[in-house]
Amino acid sequence: MIGLRRLVTDLALAGPAALAMMLFIFLPVVVVVVLSFTDYQFGARSFDWVALDNYADLLGSRHGRNALINTLIYAAIVIPASVGLGLLVALGLHAIARTMPRVSAVLRAVYFLPVAATLVAMAVAWQMLLHPSLGLINQWLSALGLPGRQWLSDRGIVLYTLAAIGVWQSVGYNMVLFLAGLAAIPRSLYDAAAVDGAETGWDRFWIVTWPMLGPTTLFVMIVTCANAFRVFETVATMTGGGPAFASDTIVYALYREGFVYFKAGYASAITVVFFGALVILTAIQIVVVERRVHYR
Amino acid sequence: MKPSTVISLGLICLGAVIVMLPFVWMISVSLKTHSEIFTPDVTLLPRHPTLQNYWTTLTQTDIPVYLMNGVIVTIGILVLQLLVSVPCAYALAHRRFPGRALLFGAVVAALLVPFHVTAIPIFLGFSRMGLLNTYTGLVLPFIATAFGLFLLRQAFAQIPAELIDAARVDGMSEMGIAWRVAFPLGLPTVIAFAIFSVTAHWNDLFWPLIATTDPGLATPPRGILYFRDQESGDDIGPLMAGATLVTAPLVIAFLLAQRRFTEGLAGAGLKK
Repeated sequence: MIGLRRLVTDLALAGPAALAMMLFIFLPVVVVVVLSFTDYQFGARSFDWVALDNYADLLGSRHGRNALINTLIYAAIVIPASVGLGLLVALGLHAIARTMPRVSAVLRAVYFLPVAATLVAMAVAWQMLLHPSLGLINQWLSALGLPGRQWLSDRGIVLYTLAAIGVWQSVGYNMVLFLAGLAAIPRSLYDAAAVDGAETGWDRFWIVTWPMLGPTTLFVMIVTCANAFRVFETVATMTGGGPAFASDTIVYALYREGFVYFKAGYASAITVVFFGALVILTAIQIVVVERRVHYR
Repeated sequence: MKPSTVISLGLICLGAVIVMLPFVWMISVSLKTHSEIFTPDVTLLPRHPTLQNYWTTLTQTDIPVYLMNGVIVTIGILVLQLLVSVPCAYALAHRRFPGRALLFGAVVAALLVPFHVTAIPIFLGFSRMGLLNTYTGLVLPFIATAFGLFLLRQAFAQIPAELIDAARVDGMSEMGIAWRVAFPLGLPTVIAFAIFSVTAHWNDLFWPLIATTDPGLATPPRGILYFRDQESGDDIGPLMAGATLVTAPLVIAFLLAQRRFTEGLAGAGLKK
């Protein structure tokens, strides 16, 4: 009787959350993997098993490979640029945090602003800023005697424009993580390095700061990488993957194939590839955390 | 000040100007008159600032509807997330029951699954059940929050077991302890999670784009795109006013409570 009552209590407490996770996370993951082996289309009455055809299509077709390569190029720009800039800004702000706390706090807030802002609305603002004739950027370029660009409709530039906006959005987030990492470095280590002859700031950075920031840096890189792979809002808002698929990315392709063309089977294969890439990343993260424990 | 400090501060300020540029431009254009926006010589700041665009946006467009939908959907998601997660997180932290380790393992595993991965099957199920184009359809997929369960469990685990036992001796029910002991004691974490959840769902485009085709149900990001796609390139002033109105609530909240926002949005990384 008491056992039954306990069971009822446990079910009342944990049951709804467990059921919700089952219905909205685990079951869909299984279904999406199963669907990826079919040619199912939304609204169709039946489907056929097509084994690995969807994956062959994705990796073998020009469009499929293009979306994957674009995502990799985007990530290859955004990761080093936003991690590097985030670190530089954090180092600068950390250095002046004592002498000029107000200035440091204001700058910190400014850099973090894009993280809290609505990315779709800001993408619309960027679109206006980059407008070929009414935008400020081309106007300033022409004032400097430089030619204006079609930032979002030139196939050769569009992906880099989106990557620049991706960097703009994530520098502040990385800066905050680096600032926390810097604050955790004990001052005594710098004193010890000074005793050992590390006189310039440059020496101190390489002897103390950089090795001590190692775990933070790896964590920041993995978070940035996961976010770069998910790029969607700016693509959907500013380019729709165009012109001529020049800015098509993996999550945008997932959206278009699945929910515009209703090719559920093919879009499921894109989803599985995307998920697989993220899981591999996370596995790397776990290895890194493991190493961090030994390092301590 | 050393010269190197001056140079690095100068560069950081230059970077800050670039970061601010789209915000300044958005607000500036929203304050410009129609004729000023379409002149060939563009200036950064408006020459004759006016609130006309805001008046137009609020009275002649659906932006107020989108903002209201944003409030309904984000609050709906947050309330249901907490209703489901607080008792479960309490049970995970302070009760022993069969399957507890399995359940916690499931929470950690679910942390790995981004929403994009589950979208196709959920869309399929919702279309069968007629939940597309409803508020329910916009809210329901997000009540299962592994991140919330994880954060709350970690916070509740900090509460001393003696305190929980004392509440039990006083005759409180387990559900009562979850809500009247664990919830208030874990409030800082609840607030951090609330900021994370509200920001994520106010700003989300992916699911609203998929789950609704009815502009009357559009959340702010979806609505901004409807607005932009309808206008023929002539209503840039009101469009920028709309974008400002959509961005303003969270940006103002951030400026008022910077520390809490930073913790809520970067907390997963700060607490590692």
